[in-house]
Amino acid sequence: MPPSSSPFLKVEHLGKTFVLGRPVFADVNFSIEQGEFVCIIGHSGCGKTTVLNVLAGLDSATEGHVFMNGREIDGPGLERGVVFQSHALMPWLTVRRNIAFAVESRWPDWTRAQVDAHVRRFVDLVGLGAAIDRKPSELSGGMKQRVGIARAFAIQPRMLLLDEPFGALDALTRGTIQDELMGIVRETRQTVFMITHDVDEAILLADRILLMSNGHDAPDGAGYRPGRIAEVVDNPLPRQRTRSGLHHLDGYYLLRNHIVDFLVSRAQPPARQA
Amino acid sequence: MKLLNLKAALVSALLLAALLGLWHAATLPAAGGGGAADMTPEQIEYAKLMGKDPGAQKNSGFPTPAQMGRAALVQLADPFRDNGPNDKGIAIQLAHSLGRVALGFLLACIVAVPLGFVIGMSELLHRALDPFIQVLKPISPLAWMPLALYTIKDSSISGVFVIFICSVWPMLLNTAFGVASVRREWIQVARTLEVSPLRKALRVILPAAAPTILTGMRISMGIAWLVIVAAEMLVGGTGIGYFVWNEWNNLSLTNVMFAILVIGVVGMLLDMFFAFLQRQVTYVD
Repeated sequence: MPPSSSPFLKVEHLGKTFVLGRPVFADVNFSIEQGEFVCIIGHSGCGKTTVLNVLAGLDSATEGHVFMNGREIDGPGLERGVVFQSHALMPWLTVRRNIAFAVESRWPDWTRAQVDAHVRRFVDLVGLGAAIDRKPSELSGGMKQRVGIARAFAIQPRMLLLDEPFGALDALTRGTIQDELMGIVRETRQTVFMITHDVDEAILLADRILLMSNGHDAPDGAGYRPGRIAEVVDNPLPRQRTRSGLHHLDGYYLLRNHIVDFLVSRAQPPARQA
Repeated sequence: MKLLNLKAALVSALLLAALLGLWHAATLPAAGGGGAADMTPEQIEYAKLMGKDPGAQKNSGFPTPAQMGRAALVQLADPFRDNGPNDKGIAIQLAHSLGRVALGFLLACIVAVPLGFVIGMSELLHRALDPFIQVLKPISPLAWMPLALYTIKDSSISGVFVIFICSVWPMLLNTAFGVASVRREWIQVARTLEVSPLRKALRVILPAAAPTILTGMRISMGIAWLVIVAAEMLVGGTGIGYFVWNEWNNLSLTNVMFAILVIGVVGMLLDMFFAFLQRQVTYVD
């Protein structure tokens, strides 16, 4: 997709420093178009979650700006829905009431019936109709994460932020939910920014993949190099792809190898020889 | 589970029987103790002049289980009697005590929960108020009594004040701790949903901290019940504590023991009530 002159989301010269002189990442620039699905991939510690937290407004950057629709982001907001890595459901509320809490926050003037109908729609969207009156402690990990996704979609945000949402799930459940997420995103044409460790997941879901490198001390003694977006990869695979047929597509292995090469050799400096 | 309960009940019953048996054996009259047959006629006449009954058996002084049972039945037969300041039924005394406890506890709640909330949410206030809390917390209720009586002058209200000042601390500290320990994730969810501070406090923080707050209330209630008995013993008038002290002055040990039993049972019932409330707000994380 060709970049437009004023993209939906624009990140400019973003940087975060915890230890003076050694920023976790610096000069991060990228933009996201409306309806795009962007994944960011990188090793632990490169600052992916911090980038997401800054986009969500839960954290502030040391330098740089984030603009959404031309206006700078300054704190969390309902137009940016977040799915946390650990579902973050409220354990004293049922599935229904958890999602209703979000819906009521978004549309405080709605009647009980309106809220309930809306909740039902999104619970059915993730396939949890039968469990709607259960508490989170009575659900499996996959079901809890689905509720988290339903809650984020239910407020119909302009952008969805997902922080390794499937990291805590087993491979089988992960596959099923990936399919569901892809279906929902295609249907709603949601703009999504997702963090993942899983290369196949990124190739399946994303239109563009950002490859992020870790901050490191330069080997030639030239000082410290902060983490940055080393590369932006456009996903050449056809949009209508399925998880089961993914690896049969032309260009799949080329793309996959490229990303794996990056992660293995270019994402972070090699471990010191013993 | 049911089998375990049954076994536990059996062991409890056996323990009770053993204790009662021990009590009975310990309070049996001494064998061959100074009966009239052992005394010379002069001694008998002397005893009568002194107002002592020579035929009476020597008594160890401590009531037997049977004597206590009789006293209990007498008290329970007419618990609502009111024959003047020295002779009120046990139910009336309990009502006075429970009334004071309820009032003192309610006042403590009204102060402790909001203040605990504020302390839990503001590290600055927490550190600022901590020295005061730590110094006031260990002060015994009886040490507060003179101050209370001097300023408040009314003994009943002083009792309520002392209950307040002693039961406020567990609730305050537990509320502060519960509020401060709310999972960051839930707060973050509230932030991303642009939830107003009041709504966040009522719909996220309060339910999250509720089990801890109720634990604090349960502990506070236990302390309040302890305090009222001690306070009433000191200032008297009405109440179960006063009843204990009054019966002691009447040298009616059986009534004292009966009252002690009642205090224990009521304390247990109060605790059971709060345990029930605690179960209502508990959640599985």
